[in-house]
Amino acid sequence: MKTMSYEAVVIGASAGGVEALSKLLPLLHPRLPMPIIVVQHMSTRSDHYLTQYLDRICQLSVKEADEKEIISPGFIYFAPSNYHLLIEMDRTFSLAVDERVSFSRPSIDVLFETAADVYGRSLIGMILTGANSDGSRGIHKIKQYGGLAVVQDPLEAEIDKMPKSAIQSTEVDYILSLDKIGEFLNQFI
Amino acid sequence: MKGQCVDQQVENEEIEISLLLEAIYLKYGYDFRGYARAHIKRRIMHQMALADLSNLSELQHKILYDRGFFYKILPDFSINVTEMFRDPSFYMTLRREVIPILKKYPAIKIWHAGCSTGEEVYSMAILLQEEGVTDNVQIYATDFNEAVLAQAQQGIYPISSIKEYTYNYQRAGGSGSFADYYTSQIDSVKIDASLKKNIVFADHNLVTDGVFGEMNMIICRNVLIYFTRKLQNQVIGLFVDSLCPRGFLGLGSKETIRFCEHAHKFESIAEEEKIYRKLIK
Repeated sequence: MKTMSYEAVVIGASAGGVEALSKLLPLLHPRLPMPIIVVQHMSTRSDHYLTQYLDRICQLSVKEADEKEIISPGFIYFAPSNYHLLIEMDRTFSLAVDERVSFSRPSIDVLFETAADVYGRSLIGMILTGANSDGSRGIHKIKQYGGLAVVQDPLEAEIDKMPKSAIQSTEVDYILSLDKIGEFLNQFI
Repeated sequence: MKGQCVDQQVENEEIEISLLLEAIYLKYGYDFRGYARAHIKRRIMHQMALADLSNLSELQHKILYDRGFFYKILPDFSINVTEMFRDPSFYMTLRREVIPILKKYPAIKIWHAGCSTGEEVYSMAILLQEEGVTDNVQIYATDFNEAVLAQAQQGIYPISSIKEYTYNYQRAGGSGSFADYYTSQIDSVKIDASLKKNIVFADHNLVTDGVFGEMNMIICRNVLIYFTRKLQNQVIGLFVDSLCPRGFLGLGSKETIRFCEHAHKFESIAEEEKIYRKLIK
């Protein structure tokens, strides 16, 4: 694995995701050379509590993605609640309030599909716990464009529907527990 | 797909999108060339799939030669997702900080730029009425998309959204009963006609049309996020020229003028709510 270098990691999580991310993200090494970009489905009325909390417990800086912000290593970015998060060719974020996709805004598919266009084979996509199938189309496109697909082990996931749906949608590269996903990412330092 | 194929496909798609947007501009005068690319690309790809076309060049051909098709898909290029009292704290701040200042003026002109289907325009009309601003106030609600403008003018909304709107209204400091502002039909509600008396709906394109004069306040929410930085600068420049001295500007909660070349022409009234005030030159 070490021979291949990756430019960015996108993560999608839904029901059970806050707990999973609170376990996974603090494991990540502060010198991780690629940015982490996360869509976590949330209530539309939620505030900045999650990013503030994660920023306290993580070694990397955690923040909400701002529109036009330049994507940099050292950060874990979260899609703001009630906005889709997209990645532009110049490696900046854009936001959108378009219709929900697969009942979700932010949508994991929207992030993953735009990220695949930008990063192609140097992208890692990850699907964690969740009770719907958002992200399956996105992870399929990431694989199609030569990127790497990692899915949380459905046996470990609090809700296994989203990981299972992702596994059905494409030939994923790794099915791992959260601990192993942490180790897996840290090897890129 | 192999790596090189993917790179080439993405590169070619980028070129085809640029050509398509140029074609739309040359043929129909609608200018999407300054829109954030990832977003406009998604909309275009979506339309391509719906029309059952296999590539962007086919779509371009159809758009050029089939005027009816273009006008059918045009509404999809603008975003028409909005709600009444969207971000209630924004309206609460208008109520507390801005309306008391506007009330002192002999006449008030408010411009809702990119008003979409009108939910936020009627929110403003309710707010003004509750704050006792009923005379000498004019709201100009504009959009480039005539179909949504017609919907805005009708003021008919699905009954399923009323629960959310009522919640928003209350959190925005609503002092009455929200049900007083609409009449229920079978599966929809109709906004009370009295709220429309100070509103003028008009066709205006922020990208290609000019100044809209001497406004006391401009509301333009969740429109600028779809534009490139360059186009954002241009449109905020248009707002600077359209505002009277000390006029207010209200943006969407994820929008800011901080990085814009006109930033120094404004002071921040409520940074969290993205409400700004034009400085005297």
